Amino acid sequence: MSEHVLAVHPEPDLVQLLTPEGQRVEHPDYPLDITDDEISALYRDLVLVRRIDTEAIALQRQGELGLWASLLGQEAAQIGSGRALKGHDMAFPTYREHGVAWCRGVDPLTLLGLFRGTNLGGFDPREHNFNLYTIVIGAQTLHAAGYAMGVVRDGAVGTGDPQRDTAVLAFFGDGASSQGDVNEAFVWAGAGNLPVVFFCQNNQWAISEPVTTQSRVPLFQRASGFGFAGVRVDGNDVLACLAVTRKALDHARNAQGPTLIEAFTYRMNPHTTNDDTRRYRLGSEVETWKLKDPIERVRAYLTRVAGFDHTFFEKVEEEAKALAEHVRSGCRALPDPTPESVFDNVHVTMSDELREQRSEFVDFVSEVSA
Amino acid sequence: MSAPAATTNNWTMAKALNEGMRKSMELDPKVVIMGEDVGKLGGVFRITDGLQKDFGEDRVIDTPLAESAIIGTAVGLAIRGYRPVCEIQFDGFVFPGFDQIVSQVAKFHNRSAGLVKMPITIRIPSGGGIGAVEHHSESVETYFAHTAGLKVVACSTPSDAYWMIQEAIADDDPVIFIEPKRLYHAARADIEAAPTPLYEARIVRPGQHVTVAGYGPTMSTLLESAKAAAEDGIELEVIDLRSVSPLDMPTVVESVRRTGRLIVVHEAPQSFGVGAEIAARVTEQAFYSLEAPVLRVTGYDTPYPPSRLEHEWLPNLDRVLDAVDKIMEY
Ligand SMILES: Cc1ncc(C[n+]2csc(CCOP(=O)(O)OP(=O)(O)O)c2C)c(N)n1
Repeated sequence: MSEHVLAVHPEPDLVQLLTPEGQRVEHPDYPLDITDDEISALYRDLVLVRRIDTEAIALQRQGELGLWASLLGQEAAQIGSGRALKGHDMAFPTYREHGVAWCRGVDPLTLLGLFRGTNLGGFDPREHNFNLYTIVIGAQTLHAAGYAMGVVRDGAVGTGDPQRDTAVLAFFGDGASSQGDVNEAFVWAGAGNLPVVFFCQNNQWAISEPVTTQSRVPLFQRASGFGFAGVRVDGNDVLACLAVTRKALDHARNAQGPTLIEAFTYRMNPHTTNDDTRRYRLGSEVETWKLKDPIERVRAYLTRVAGFDHTFFEKVEEEAKALAEHVRSGCRALPDPTPESVFDNVHVTMSDELREQRSEFVDFVSEVSA
Repeated sequence: MSAPAATTNNWTMAKALNEGMRKSMELDPKVVIMGEDVGKLGGVFRITDGLQKDFGEDRVIDTPLAESAIIGTAVGLAIRGYRPVCEIQFDGFVFPGFDQIVSQVAKFHNRSAGLVKMPITIRIPSGGGIGAVEHHSESVETYFAHTAGLKVVACSTPSDAYWMIQEAIADDDPVIFIEPKRLYHAARADIEAAPTPLYEARIVRPGQHVTVAGYGPTMSTLLESAKAAAEDGIELEVIDLRSVSPLDMPTVVESVRRTGRLIVVHEAPQSFGVGAEIAARVTEQAFYSLEAPVLRVTGYDTPYPPSRLEHEWLPNLDRVLDAVDKIMEY
């Protein structure tokens, strides 16, 4: 069975602009005009979001978070795509896009409430044009399609005005590609020529299931059946992810319709802090992917080609330390919700009967704790 | 169905479910297990641990990630004569499969003029109290109890888990099988030599003052409450309903006739819930025996709260005892 699957899964033809060794390469369809300083800024992003992740895992181990979904290995996919967005574009994440959140200017502490169990998200998606995390697999892709319908109705595509034309970026995983919602989002976006880009981080695993459980063909090829283009990009290459997403977002903003991007990457850590990978995958596979590390190649480029020296890297390290401290102390200081807050925002207008339940609840809790 | 070899098994509920399914698969080659991560991983709760290894990938199927398809293909397998056991990874993820359950699984037998059976078991790890993120702590049984054509049961002990899963799988009707995930590894117990019939309630602790009925995840709370109340001289009669639909009303009504008081407990939100249904039926069937209105101790009519608040929100010992006080003072 697996041999057969391998036969229909040829080695992926990846769009790559920076090799794992740190060599810049050109791609005819994705020219990227970028300065070394801009690349160093991407390096900084990559290092900082990895540090947020490391810190969150530690906080989970210490019991400060109930759960954490690690982005380790997927930094380039998230920073490349996240930095391709304009401020007025909209992003719809899953639960793993901490790197994209970072690019949108979302304070990492804002993300922690969900994992600490102090709230259910609790921020306004419109503040940073970054939606609430969505745990129900695939649901957010339809929200992205609907948001894009709104963009079209507002006349915010294809005007040629860069301040006005808007694109939507929907994130999902290889496992999610099987969900009806995701396929329906593809139908909607294709049929409606919507300004939405579907960004699939194929990290090879949906918990314990390899991507071959989900598909006989490379995922990006699915797009053609829905009437739009699909492209597979080296998900560990931040430059390629940036270039490919930028082009797809431009395409969308120009009213040329959706694109499916498959970022070929790897989930280096367990699915979440609850998972045990020893049951289903080989350590050697992880070792192979370590050689394709998304940060090492940028560092290699910056040192060997661009001539950045230790002062730059030390500065980034200092920043990472400060950010880690912010995450640590900020997490511990997150306020616990008050019991009565459970009844807040169930509806816009609270019904009398719910008000009654709330007061009984509040009285009871204070009686018990007294 | 048969009793496990040893009588002193000392199994957790997780192990008992696993062994129960193993028995069903051994006895009936048409039984297939399907779900996300049920193979090598053995499910995120390890309930299907080792089954794929022993029965093969054809009978323990790691499905693509799509609940509607897990249920929808189970319908097709059932038409073809199979007996699918579907695992939904967490309660909150049954909803993408809701349409297939409610419109197809539940109605197929009826639509086919009784010619086609839907012997599908849908296992749902349910309920809260485990400190999880949203969508991982819900109580979904009421949606299915409200749907004609489905049966809904909930186990609360290792022995029941062992027997009930086999009975559910053997049932020719579709069964929603609620597994209280908080209790998977909570306690060990021996497996009884023979099953209690699947749709019968059981009095797990006799008492003369108040009948307290629950199922699945709340049963351990009810037993603790009964112990605490007994110290104050109030004897609770604790009923494990075991089946939410159909309800074993004769057992409940007989008890209420003796105690005159009934409290129903569930984690699912209060309004339009199992407690409401039982209260209505008791009012119809035992009105003159009631010394007090039927009370409910349940989840509130809100979304399941962030985990830091779940222990206040869930029916707990304090809330059950408070209801006992109220019903005794009435
Ligand atoms: C509808 C639904 N079903 C099941 C789950 C449980 N679940 C959480 S993550 C996950 C795997 C997701 O895999 P993938 O889409 O590849 O994303 P990744 O987690 O690898 O980033 C599953 C099955 C869920 N969250 N939602």
